[in-house]
Amino acid sequence: MSETKNPGISRRLLLTGAGAGGAGLAVGALAAAAFGGQLPQKPAADTVDFYGEHQAGITTEAQDRMHIVGFDVTTKDRGRLIELLRDWTAAIEQMAAGRPVGGGGSYDAPPEDTGEAEGLSPAHLTVTVGFGRSLFLDEHGKPRFGLEGKLPEALIELPHFSGDMVEEARSGGDIVVQACANDPQVAVHAIRNLSRLGFGTVRVRFSQIGFGRTAKTTSAQQTPRNLFGFKDGTANILAEDADALAEHVWVGAGSDQPWMEGGTYLVARRIRMQIETWDRSSLREQENVVGRIKSTGAPLSGGEEFSEPDFAMAGSAGPLVPVDSHVAVLHPSAHGGARMLRRGFNYTDGSDGLGRLDAGLFFIAFVVDARTHFVPLQQAMSANDAMNEYLRHTSSGLYAIPPGIQPGQYLGQQLFEG
Amino acid sequence: MTKFLAPAALLALGALALTGCTDNNAAASADGSIAVTASDDACTLASATAAGGTLRFTVKNEGTKVNEFYLLAEDGLRIVGEVENIGPGVSRDLVVMAPEGSYFAACKPGMVGDGIRSPFTVTAAAAGQEVSADRAALQKTAVDQYAAYVKDQSQQLLAGTEDFAAAFAAGEEATAKELYPQVRMHWERIEPVAESFGDLDPILDAREADLEEGQEFTGWHRAEKDLWAPKGYTKMTQAQRQQIADGLVENTAELATRAQALEFTPDKLANGAKELLDEVATGKVTGEEEAFSHTDLWDFQANLEGAKIAYEDLAPLLKGTEDALDAELAQNFATLQEQLDAYRVGEGFKYYDQLSTAQVQELAAGVDALSEPLSRLTAAVVK
Repeated sequence: MSETKNPGISRRLLLTGAGAGGAGLAVGALAAAAFGGQLPQKPAADTVDFYGEHQAGITTEAQDRMHIVGFDVTTKDRGRLIELLRDWTAAIEQMAAGRPVGGGGSYDAPPEDTGEAEGLSPAHLTVTVGFGRSLFLDEHGKPRFGLEGKLPEALIELPHFSGDMVEEARSGGDIVVQACANDPQVAVHAIRNLSRLGFGTVRVRFSQIGFGRTAKTTSAQQTPRNLFGFKDGTANILAEDADALAEHVWVGAGSDQPWMEGGTYLVARRIRMQIETWDRSSLREQENVVGRIKSTGAPLSGGEEFSEPDFAMAGSAGPLVPVDSHVAVLHPSAHGGARMLRRGFNYTDGSDGLGRLDAGLFFIAFVVDARTHFVPLQQAMSANDAMNEYLRHTSSGLYAIPPGIQPGQYLGQQLFEG
Repeated sequence: MTKFLAPAALLALGALALTGCTDNNAAASADGSIAVTASDDACTLASATAAGGTLRFTVKNEGTKVNEFYLLAEDGLRIVGEVENIGPGVSRDLVVMAPEGSYFAACKPGMVGDGIRSPFTVTAAAAGQEVSADRAALQKTAVDQYAAYVKDQSQQLLAGTEDFAAAFAAGEEATAKELYPQVRMHWERIEPVAESFGDLDPILDAREADLEEGQEFTGWHRAEKDLWAPKGYTKMTQAQRQQIADGLVENTAELATRAQALEFTPDKLANGAKELLDEVATGKVTGEEEAFSHTDLWDFQANLEGAKIAYEDLAPLLKGTEDALDAELAQNFATLQEQLDAYRVGEGFKYYDQLSTAQVQELAAGVDALSEPLSRLTAAVVK
């Protein structure tokens, strides 16, 4: 990875007079000074390419941990916002390569990098950045940051779905940043340092940690289980399936906003599970709700995990796969073939004050257009899915994820300079 | 869970002791279950005999058709236990209590015809594992009693709804507010039954957040919001109230009619009892059900009563076979009732918003304490 092309020289680096080219050396010296030269050699493997046609963290083999954060932009100054995006780009590039953020600093200044990822593997860190509708329009519908005419039609305001108990403070936001890694400390380190760079320009609206992946995104991965104890994402779109990605995930050349070509949309929903009542339901009830066998993941119509469900196979009272089961309600065959790239995470945020786990699924899906690939599915789910009895949607967000960048560019440059 | 599995473990020992020296038992698995291999044209049991008590058949469908497995009484007609809807490649367990006697085991590939039958013998039960010879009669008594309860509650609900609707439409707010929690108790006692009518439930009992954009807000909670109007709310006109009142009566009458014809099974009763406690756990003890009137404890009491009725109807099926579960349920129902009784005021209860956080936490723990053993009731009564 090239350092000399680094476009996003941080404000701090400029102030301290250190150019990006000297950053590695400077940081090495700082680290050695700070930790008394006792640091083990940091492994250079376990990195994911930051630059590319698409942003990392979408088709990247799903990591085990996530820290996602929603920011509101507090400045009115377009230039400051762009400057932050440059700073973030530089910092993300450094962290994705397993290096600390920033460069050398004075002994009398706070360290530029917060330090807790020192000595850890990069752990396949990816950081994915996207923009919410509220970045483009203020609450009166007036354009912000000179982004007139740049709002994609697909970046809608998600409607209220039946049963939603959405908390505004956990939802929306002008900018979303998703950090994924196989080490929770690496993911948290990324969000912590990006938030720090943003003070004065953005403020944190919400953040959420996910502790276990609930999707596989490559054929090499095993299908993981969600907190209901069922395999989740058996039918997910995989990184190897270029045709499905082109059809269901990546925005093509024909959209209303050329800057989104190669981008996608991220749907986020914090879905609390009524863990305790679920745990008290019979295996029969659990399998009828999901439509699959708990142990193997096979559909109730038989076969093994990857067998297609046979929704017509009759049982003694209706189909073997109940019509209100999760798989029947959301199967692509019921939605004109629409599929998602799901990349969610199990979460738990302690207990709820009544002695129950505040836990569930932080649902993340990447889709080409939420109007065709999410809203109709969520409407069907909230109206007909037997699983609703055990779920509570407590947050909601939709974000435009711009395409990837090349060295010399900054994240979101296509939007601001396209 | 450990407690629940104990009888099966005892059975395993019994079965081994009785048949351990015969080939019949060779394929019975370590947990004492009897392996059944079902295909489109065969039904092979690993053993044609077992000791009386709780039997577990593990049925693997190796065919291409949907299969079923039955344990039939000696007459070849009466079903002692059955497991349906076994998809191709799928394994299902049938757990059933059977006393000493002659039976038939049958697979039914394609779910048609008499099935592929073979004789099955249950020998004397191990000491302490005796099974009542007529569980079917006990089950029938239980469901008949519960069906009568549902009919009675639905009729009382209709009568009460008519009174409430009249007062609400006429703008007699004090009367309507007094009737609201009392009448709703009839609904809450049989809530899983009411909810089983997927078309009527949202019209009658939806909360505002349950609705999709564009759906009309009607029913009990529409009236509740108007009676206990939040700040900034515009009250309904008389004509609007009349419309809500008429809808309540009309749809409740339909519900009461349908409830007369409902048929129950022991698993429906037991699952219904568990669901009532789930309702308490997720809606009442959190204060979400009655967001404006805060009459959640009336609903709580009614849910608890409905669950207790179902349990008491089923309790004879636990005697001698699940005494520990029976005792735990009896105790925990009584304990939770005592906890709730502490909040009685006159004919009613304290309002939810008058409870302290500590009091709500204590009630929630009581609900959990009862819900856990209650979730084991279904498996105990269907076998």
